[in-house]
Amino acid sequence: MTGNPRQVLATRGLTKVYGSGPSMVRAVDGVDLDVQTGEVVSVMGPSGCGKSTLLYLLGGLERPTAGEVVLAGDRVDRLSETRWARLRRHAIGFVFQAFHLVDELTVVENVELPALLAGATPGKARRRAAELVDRVGLADRAGYLPAQLSGGQKQRVAVARALVNEPLVVLADEPTGNLDTAATTDVLRLFARLRSAGQTLVIVTHDSRVASTADRLMTMRDGAIVDHTRLERRTSTVDDLVSSAGLETGS
Amino acid sequence: MQDVVLALLAKGPSHGYELRRRLLAALGPMGSAFNAGQVYVTLGRLERAGLVESAEVGQAYRPDRRVYELTAAGHERVATWVAEVDWPKPAPAEFHLKLTAVAAAGLADPVAVADAQRRELLRRLRDVEQALLEAPDRSAAALLLEGAVLNLQAGIRWLELCAEHWTGWRQGDERRQGNDG
Repeated sequence: MTGNPRQVLATRGLTKVYGSGPSMVRAVDGVDLDVQTGEVVSVMGPSGCGKSTLLYLLGGLERPTAGEVVLAGDRVDRLSETRWARLRRHAIGFVFQAFHLVDELTVVENVELPALLAGATPGKARRRAAELVDRVGLADRAGYLPAQLSGGQKQRVAVARALVNEPLVVLADEPTGNLDTAATTDVLRLFARLRSAGQTLVIVTHDSRVASTADRLMTMRDGAIVDHTRLERRTSTVDDLVSSAGLETGS
Repeated sequence: MQDVVLALLAKGPSHGYELRRRLLAALGPMGSAFNAGQVYVTLGRLERAGLVESAEVGQAYRPDRRVYELTAAGHERVATWVAEVDWPKPAPAEFHLKLTAVAAAGLADPVAVADAQRRELLRRLRDVEQALLEAPDRSAAALLLEGAVLNLQAGIRWLELCAEHWTGWRQGDERRQGNDG
């Protein structure tokens, strides 16, 4: 569709319709999206606006009714389930609101699992998993079971697992939806580090804290992108901080 | 600012440099918005208002310094300030009136105005979030930044409701115009 080598993920006219007749719902309604390498893009909107469906279409967990999905230059929206499954293992990492860790496996075993499924040798998978567990700050918990971790720690494990096959893009669905303020801060610190390391991330969220840390922010309403903002880092921030905190600096 | 300086003196007599140090410790990155002179200017005003009094105290090997303490009136003002439950800028009434006015007069699309305001708050949130991620855990500065985050989140949430409300109004308006035509 395009020769832009920096483009990782794109959609054109992406549409998902549920039901038919009077009960028909256009969950995703003609979305055009372009995600470049190393970009963090967030999609924000109220619950029911279609943002999770959009993410599932991007990751091949749902099939579009119409429109195109292009991953690393190739059309993927018409791939068979088998081919999608294979592609997903190598190209896409998922992070979900409810973590979806395997309760019976330790932290490091959860993280290495997708690498083993993708055909890595046990030694290589374990080395890579241990390295990622360390990178998300949980080296001292590598042998713990998920039940022994806090919500924030579970989500950091899930992020490590999403990274184990070095995906082109990580897709995160409400990654802080089950977390308190402090745990949200931990996950956002981790995302900031991934961003610095050049990891491409697409995050759908209703949490403005998470959304504000992206390079680009899209707002969805009723299945359509209604607003698109580039969030440049600004230079003079102290004055902004002061007015945001409601401080009166005059005497 | 006056109330804050008075409250810092409630702990006991102190001098300008120490007050500024405590202010910076509590405010973290925002403390740099207060220039050094401001604390001294404020102390001067408070003294003229009879809320603090000061005396020169000699120091060995260093210039004398001026130590400030609260007067009885100063203590009373601190107590009143502590008991007050006023919240700065409680309701964004002015912005609400702006949307109502632009819609009524057809000056602009109220949804676009709300979205522009939301973008601005998201940019501010990004700045505060950046400072928060860099602040040490459990520090006083991080706590203040968390307050700013929650405040901005509430504003953004409310602006989403504004956009929804005025989107509904706009669709109703189109339908009305459709029926007229």
